[in-house]
Amino acid sequence: MTTGSSSRERRPDGAALIIAAILAGLAVIIFWQTSQMRLPPLQQRVGPTVFPYVIASGLILLAIGTVISAMRGSFPERSKDNYAPIFWIVGGLIGQILLLSTAGFSIGTGVLFACTARAFGRGPLWQTFAIGTAFSFAVWFVFAKGLQLSLPAGVLERLLTTGTPF
Amino acid sequence: METFDLLAQGLLSALQVHNLIYALIGVTLGTAVGVLPGIGPALTVALLLPVTYKLDPAGSLIMFAGIYYGGMYGGSTTSILLNTPGESASIVTALEGNKMARQGRGGPALATAAIGSFVAGLLATLGLAFIAPFVVKFALSFGPWDYFALMVLAFVTVSAAFGDSALRGLTALFIGLGLGLIGIDLQTGQTRLAFNVMDLLDGIEVTTLAVALFAIGETLKTASDRDQANTEVTAVKGSVWMTLEDWKRSWASWLRGTFIGFPIGAMPAGGADVASFLSYSTEKTFSKKPEEFGNGAIEGVAGPEAANNASAAGTLVPLLTLGLPTTATAAIMLAGFQQFGLQPGPLLFANNAPLVWALIASLLVANFMLLVLNLPLIGLWVKLLTIPKHWLYAGILTFATLGTLGANGAMSMGFGPVRISFELVLLLAFGILGYLLRRFGYPIAPVVVGLILGPMAEQQLRRALAISQGEIGVLISSPISITLYVAAIIAVGVPLILRLRGQGGVLRQLATDED
Repeated sequence: MTTGSSSRERRPDGAALIIAAILAGLAVIIFWQTSQMRLPPLQQRVGPTVFPYVIASGLILLAIGTVISAMRGSFPERSKDNYAPIFWIVGGLIGQILLLSTAGFSIGTGVLFACTARAFGRGPLWQTFAIGTAFSFAVWFVFAKGLQLSLPAGVLERLLTTGTPF
Repeated sequence: METFDLLAQGLLSALQVHNLIYALIGVTLGTAVGVLPGIGPALTVALLLPVTYKLDPAGSLIMFAGIYYGGMYGGSTTSILLNTPGESASIVTALEGNKMARQGRGGPALATAAIGSFVAGLLATLGLAFIAPFVVKFALSFGPWDYFALMVLAFVTVSAAFGDSALRGLTALFIGLGLGLIGIDLQTGQTRLAFNVMDLLDGIEVTTLAVALFAIGETLKTASDRDQANTEVTAVKGSVWMTLEDWKRSWASWLRGTFIGFPIGAMPAGGADVASFLSYSTEKTFSKKPEEFGNGAIEGVAGPEAANNASAAGTLVPLLTLGLPTTATAAIMLAGFQQFGLQPGPLLFANNAPLVWALIASLLVANFMLLVLNLPLIGLWVKLLTIPKHWLYAGILTFATLGTLGANGAMSMGFGPVRISFELVLLLAFGILGYLLRRFGYPIAPVVVGLILGPMAEQQLRRALAISQGEIGVLISSPISITLYVAAIIAVGVPLILRLRGQGGVLRQLATDED
């Protein structure tokens, strides 16, 4: 993964080549899906397929441009990123998504809260989880009860608002 | 004058208690998110959309506009005291402002920023009120081909004209345009790119995309970036009041900033960050003490801060009169209008005149509120800067997921007893996209603008081609559309030539980032 602004002698930028491949892949998906559409004859001239083809063609051109840019190494220099915090945050979001329907908003979001704090180096998890759950419950109460937003309720929400867990 | 009457009526409406309360909530929230790093006005408005769904349209829009203005005020506080701009339009303010703060002149720096923002906001809002009716009259004669040309121009200026790479800007734009294809085609009822997923039939929500790119993407980038230095807040020492000399050096800069910022926002020639940068270089040229630049020249704070506020007001000209968003925040505000069944454009001024003029008048009111919030109460906002990052970002993600669930709480996927919210899965996916875009130097705003403006451009294109029965020449058949295409070519061409001649550094500074 070499980068540099004017260094033609360096190796091609691998990550940029992957980006070019993804752009080309998106274009192929749009071309393929659009060609699968069945249109009544009347619509065919300026129908719903024109714009997708234009955009897919644009993406192909951009993919070619990205390959050229990768070969010339003209992508901006990248910071050296730590991947551990990313896994914590993504993990927290996945945890929340899986927990919401069963455990409710407060506990699910408490997990997200704790994982995010952990990504920024704040622990221990049990403590941030407790803080996050309490915070999420307060937020849930204001928005679900006060502003009538539909947010998933679980055992904790029912227990604290009606007194019974069911 | 008709405009005076309309504005006066709007003012009466804006001064009603409930509208004043909406404006106050808006400017307070706006200042807060402007001050806090990691959240900007675009994200805040996106998060508030589901909450305001059942509220009064006029009040909600007044609140959104207050957030936009407030964000511009608040951003300067962070730049001056922290040297890490709260939003992209304040990057330039950090150059001189933080230097002033380190010399113990943080107070006057904050004051000139706040008063400059006030002067600019006031003049630019009046400019908006007087220019808008003319643009509306002009726009009523636009055919679909003219609108299409206008949108092409907006696409180009948002993505390719500024920033260090037209390639990456356009790539970001086309990702947004591609996402805009998903869902049922409104004109024929045909399904496009939905892959048999029910949740995709309605298309990708602009708010979900914006929240993901701004909140999740920004959090991932901040958490992972080792270079993110732990910055310290510079305390405000001494008086916040400006000396007579400060006033003398500032007033002309405020006016120059306003006259640079308003047209740039209105034209659509780029965001507030472009305006503030141009103002900075202008001040450097005009200053009687150019040697102070780089060491805390007050003109370098006064001019850019006026420019970014004036440009925020300018952005509302194309948004309200043409329905054309040119910044991420304006794109989300457009989604806000649509949520209430309103379509900004010339017809809005005809059909919803009281609402439009109440909104414009409330901006004047908001400006006065912001002056009070940002001068005497500045100490309060500075405290916000001391919130530790781990709590701040954990809180941001809590509200990001809350807003997304509030907009669409359906749990339509899953296995067994575990149900999954598709909207949150999208949020996660786009959040990772947002991180990757940041990591590889792609701008964010074009993705959001592409998603909301793409389907509108397609509609105009097909309308034009339907009228001409497929004859493509119709697109360049009117003088207006030809002029707009020429402007678009200049907007791509000039920066390209500058880059080839090795002056890309200036353009890199102008990179449009988030708001």
